[in-house]
Amino acid sequence: MSSTVTSGGGRTVKARAGRPNAVWALPAVLFFTFFAVVPMGLAFYLSFTKWDGLGDPKPVGLANWQKLLDDPRLTQSLGITVLLMVTSWVFQTVISLLLGVWAAGRQRNRAILSGIFFVPFLLSSTAIGLLFYALLDPNFGIIRENILGSSSGAFLVIVFVGAWQFIPFHTLIYQGGARQIPEVLYQAAAIDGAGRYRQFFSITLPQLRHTITTSTILMVVGLLTYFETVLILTKGGPGTDTAILPYLMYEAGFKSYDFGYASAIASFLVVTATGLSVLLVRLTGFGGMRSTREGM
Amino acid sequence: MSHDTLPRPTTTDKRPDRPRTDAHRRRRHWSRRANPLAGLGSIIWLVIVLVPIYAMLSASLTGPDKALTGNPLKPPTDPTLDNYNTVLHSGFWHLLSNTVIVAVTVVVIVLVLCVPLAYVAVRTRTRWSGAAFRLFLLGVAIPAQAVVVPLYLLIAKLDLYDSLLAVILPTAAFAMPVSVLVLTGTLRDISEDLYEAMALDGASPVRMLFQLTVPLAKGGISTVVIFSALQAWNGFLFPLIFTQSDEPRVLTLGLFNFVSQFGVNIPALLASVVLSGIPIFAVYLVARRALIGGLMGVGGK
Repeated sequence: MSSTVTSGGGRTVKARAGRPNAVWALPAVLFFTFFAVVPMGLAFYLSFTKWDGLGDPKPVGLANWQKLLDDPRLTQSLGITVLLMVTSWVFQTVISLLLGVWAAGRQRNRAILSGIFFVPFLLSSTAIGLLFYALLDPNFGIIRENILGSSSGAFLVIVFVGAWQFIPFHTLIYQGGARQIPEVLYQAAAIDGAGRYRQFFSITLPQLRHTITTSTILMVVGLLTYFETVLILTKGGPGTDTAILPYLMYEAGFKSYDFGYASAIASFLVVTATGLSVLLVRLTGFGGMRSTREGM
Repeated sequence: MSHDTLPRPTTTDKRPDRPRTDAHRRRRHWSRRANPLAGLGSIIWLVIVLVPIYAMLSASLTGPDKALTGNPLKPPTDPTLDNYNTVLHSGFWHLLSNTVIVAVTVVVIVLVLCVPLAYVAVRTRTRWSGAAFRLFLLGVAIPAQAVVVPLYLLIAKLDLYDSLLAVILPTAAFAMPVSVLVLTGTLRDISEDLYEAMALDGASPVRMLFQLTVPLAKGGISTVVIFSALQAWNGFLFPLIFTQSDEPRVLTLGLFNFVSQFGVNIPALLASVVLSGIPIFAVYLVARRALIGGLMGVGGK
């Protein structure tokens, strides 16, 4: 257990020499389990209880789940969340992919521009929410109209603000991905007479498939937790027209003190997020432990 | 390569002033011709990025009396720092020091826990180390919102509610998955031969970690430092739900409270947004290369 070097015969010694013990991973696993994995299980448990934040949760069986299924706000919220994800994914992926591939080039102005492009990502969601809250203020702002007062306006603002904040990050991911595409592929394509756009669709896009997966997973999970901006800009409104799932959960829990019901919504959120991520990882064979630089 | 003794080529070298390092040569890309469409697109995006930032800076320098009459896109006629003064005298330094404490502690916890884990995940092929790695791979998908209610219960039971630790511990946990991803990505590219050479010298795994892995993974480690600091700095949900009083309040929550505190004083609100961004922007200017290099690695793997 303690020394891997002395165990086994000659070959094993060589193969296992200096290998660290798996126990080294334990503190991280325990910490993460306690503060992230256990709460996930606990959320599921709490969804079968009634709890107002004081005292102890009381089991109530399936009542919260029944309520969730009957709640017209869930259907609406799910619709808004899916619409937000699809719209944002298309918007953010197209722009970050193009910007990232462009920024992977080598001219100096690209480096400076990429540096500026990255700035919004440094601001917190809170700061960005407040920035656009101020700039969209009907009395003060750039556009003297109550955009946030209309459903479609509020929704589009939320999509836009999310894109403004997160496109820098995804651009960077695509830039990294594009830099690792072997130059020889383009040289070969150029010899075969493929033009710039043909090269983009036949080489760049297929080579970036793992990058698209990474970016998409981070985007999907990010959007499922997109909360501060909604809280600050629209408070789920007008009415409940921008009340995405995390906001619905926040209201149920920390506004109405119905933590059991909030946990049911939260469990639903976890299952959706994990399901989507596992699906994406499986579909793309992304989980392998190999370096992508091998064999190049 | 003695350029001085050779006649300079006049037709091919169009950018004689640029230092041509090996890195530049290696990175020479397919798109050597100008691409006007991409250029135009990048300019449009530049405008979209800069207009709100410019409007924020300009408005934060506008006196409150002029705020409601002027368009924020016009430069302020009499720039004033009054708004910044107001914010700095509204408990800003307390919020700042709390935020620094949170960020530093989170970074330390993340490094101490994640570096050994990534090392194990890359260097051993046992079922357990694989499972540990996959736990964090799936952990990327755990939305903080989804666990905030049970965490609230845990924090209350641990008697940590309304303290900085209530913010620090969950923030560190949720910074871990991406950190593990970045670190394993970096460590995977350290050649096995180097480990074998050290093993032949009789080095222990601990010595290898500190003398080989950590120095060679500096890039990835810097990324993790900056990335988790950024997450801690910008975190909002955990402070919102796990703290209540002024004592453990952090910057983001302070900003959120400024809305009600300053009411319609939007210039002061924007000044506080600018102030909250300055420290992280300063770090970015210093550590840009590490941050960007490491994050690009996420997509490259």
